[in-house]
Amino acid sequence: MEALLAIVIGVLYASGVYMLMRRSIVKLIIGLALLAHGASLLVFTAAGLTRAVPPVIPFGEKAITGTVADPLPQALILTAIVISFGVQAFAMVLAYRAYQTVGTDDLDDMKATDT
Amino acid sequence: MNSLILRTASRFLLILLFQFSIFLLLRGHNDPGGGFVGGLVLAAALTLYAIAYDVRSMRRFLPCRAQTIIAWGLLAAALSGVWSMFKGQPFMTGQWAHVYILGLDLHLGTPLLFDIGVYLTVVGVVLIVIMSLAEEVEEDD
Amino acid sequence: MNSLIVLPILLPLLVGASCVVVWRYVAAQRILTLAGSIVYLAVAVVLLERVASEGIQAVQKGAWIAPFGITLVADMFSAVMVATTGVVTLVIVVYSLGTMDRAREAWGYYPLFNILIMGVSGAFLTGDIFNLFVWFEVLLISSFVLLALGGERAQLEGAIKYVTLNLVASAFFLAAVGILYAMAGSLNMADLSQRLGDVAQPGLVTTLAILFLVAFGIKGAIFPLFFWLPASYHTPPVAVSAIFGGLLTKVGVYALIRVFTLLFLNNVDYTHTIILWAGGITMVTGVLGAVAQYEFRRLLSFHIVSQIGYMVMGLGFFTPLALAGTVFFIVHNIFVKTNLFLVSGVSHRLHGTYDLKKLGGLYRAHPWIGMLFLLSALSLAGVPPLSGFFGKLVLIKAGLGIEQFVLVAAALGVSLLTLFSMTKIWAEAFWKPLPDGTAVKAPGGGMALLLGPIVTLAVLAVVMGVAAGPFFALAQQAGEQLLNPESYIRAVLGARGGS
Repeated sequence: MEALLAIVIGVLYASGVYMLMRRSIVKLIIGLALLAHGASLLVFTAAGLTRAVPPVIPFGEKAITGTVADPLPQALILTAIVISFGVQAFAMVLAYRAYQTVGTDDLDDMKATDT
Repeated sequence: MNSLILRTASRFLLILLFQFSIFLLLRGHNDPGGGFVGGLVLAAALTLYAIAYDVRSMRRFLPCRAQTIIAWGLLAAALSGVWSMFKGQPFMTGQWAHVYILGLDLHLGTPLLFDIGVYLTVVGVVLIVIMSLAEEVEEDD
Repeated sequence: MNSLIVLPILLPLLVGASCVVVWRYVAAQRILTLAGSIVYLAVAVVLLERVASEGIQAVQKGAWIAPFGITLVADMFSAVMVATTGVVTLVIVVYSLGTMDRAREAWGYYPLFNILIMGVSGAFLTGDIFNLFVWFEVLLISSFVLLALGGERAQLEGAIKYVTLNLVASAFFLAAVGILYAMAGSLNMADLSQRLGDVAQPGLVTTLAILFLVAFGIKGAIFPLFFWLPASYHTPPVAVSAIFGGLLTKVGVYALIRVFTLLFLNNVDYTHTIILWAGGITMVTGVLGAVAQYEFRRLLSFHIVSQIGYMVMGLGFFTPLALAGTVFFIVHNIFVKTNLFLVSGVSHRLHGTYDLKKLGGLYRAHPWIGMLFLLSALSLAGVPPLSGFFGKLVLIKAGLGIEQFVLVAAALGVSLLTLFSMTKIWAEAFWKPLPDGTAVKAPGGGMALLLGPIVTLAVLAVVMGVAAGPFFALAQQAGEQLLNPESYIRAVLGARGGS
């Protein structure tokens, strides 16, 4: 399972970086999204995959029994997903505004602030 | 979008999903659920309504601007953390109390207040995102 | 109990949220923000005093004991950075009252500004590496919006580059945190510092260190990852440029210093040599970029890159003297760089342009503005007895101490080029007669709100130079704490960490 997920992570990173290299802003944002997904999946996989129940103490008991999944990586990923959701929403609005103002979504035409 | 089925359904779904979101919010402390997912459910319901009708009619359900909802959410979450500081304990230490209402013994605490804050913030944020993107398109049409 | 550490984070949050509640009443937002920043400065000074007298302070959020909960830690370095943030915040708020246009104020400038300060303080005070990621995102998101707020073409183009590069850096950072957790099983930095020593694969730790270096390198604008900075920092209004240029990139440097003094000490020869040379090259490329510029704020942006190089080089030297010098230099640079941006705003107010070729005659018309600029510019270049001189002196002395002669020579050369480009601004904007065709605008009301902050920061630059002793004593204490993580670990983990 780890090997499969490792391949998926690799593909996500590769396609994310490829999309970042494109000239269109829309593809740029897709690239950023793929990169964020790749990073989240990496956190999930690196922290170890277990087949176990959620770490919730059953009603009426005082402690967890049996093996449970480590909740921390999931909490990290949830946080990261929320953050990347917010940021990507902003990036989309930004791209749309830039498209309206500049009149193109080609990054090569957005060099006014370079050099 | 102009679909009679969707319009009729979304009105009922809105109420149903609102109840479900409150259920998730209250359930969150001991079981899977919580303010975040509850807020997402409510925001999704309102978004569905906005798709079926339009953003303006969805806006009628909001008591105030979406920014203000976020602000109150943040303040509620901050208050839940500050509470313990007045008692001389570290920031965000959970404070619990038994409250008796209508013959029920409710075990209420600051984590619930924090969750309510998260709930409001999530609803506000998602609605701002949806509205700023959707109104742009509606103006263009 | 120790609630003082929470306040620098909590206060901007409360003020920011309250500003949104009174969204329609801009005057109320202004008063709230001003009052909030005054209280913030007071809190920061008290915190600094407390850390100086009682040692490192730590508080466990929610009373969850470390390393399970999130810890907030204020060591000398953090406290100094928070105090500096307090000064710069107050100054920028006052400046914003005088310069920010109504449209931006009505669209949430003040709430965003407060959330930005919350993110900065959180990043300085947290003792948890994932929490550091979250604070970084908080300050990034608010900086994205501040950068794009107003929606001018240059702003949007700059914002796209800024957003893209910073999001890539965030993805690196997140991946690095994930692998770190997988390897060491903890996220608390003090705990990690103990655990990373005996990890099964020391080679992987070094790889991870470089991953962190790349992530913070992008955020801190280190060679070769700095191109987003001069492409975006000159586009927003001056107050925003100033807080970005003065404060934000230093958060990246702070994170770099924190991580490479606390966590990654397994292979210092390898990692810190890379840091050293990255710093050196950053220094040189930044200043060479600046020499070619004729736009006031772009020129200053390239200088930010150059000065980041000094700080990173100080980290690379990795001696007590060098780290003390780095801390001193960071504080000096935040004050001076902010001030230079603020001066550029005054020249824009008076002539409506940032183009040095179109500016001129400022000294003749307003000699005291010229003197204020000169104080900051000479301090940046490192002319005695101003603050920059002592920062550079200590760094160079530290470099000579470990016989890094090439880098010392580079640092001296960069100083000279800095002086050259500062005299270029002086000659073009202040000394030469005003070219024909450049508008001369009436200063308008509220000039005191522009000049008050500039005078304050210029005085600070002088004081930090003339009376460098007490400031440097604080920096030295910070440097010693950075080099000896035991006291940090003991403050966070209690007695268990002492063993």
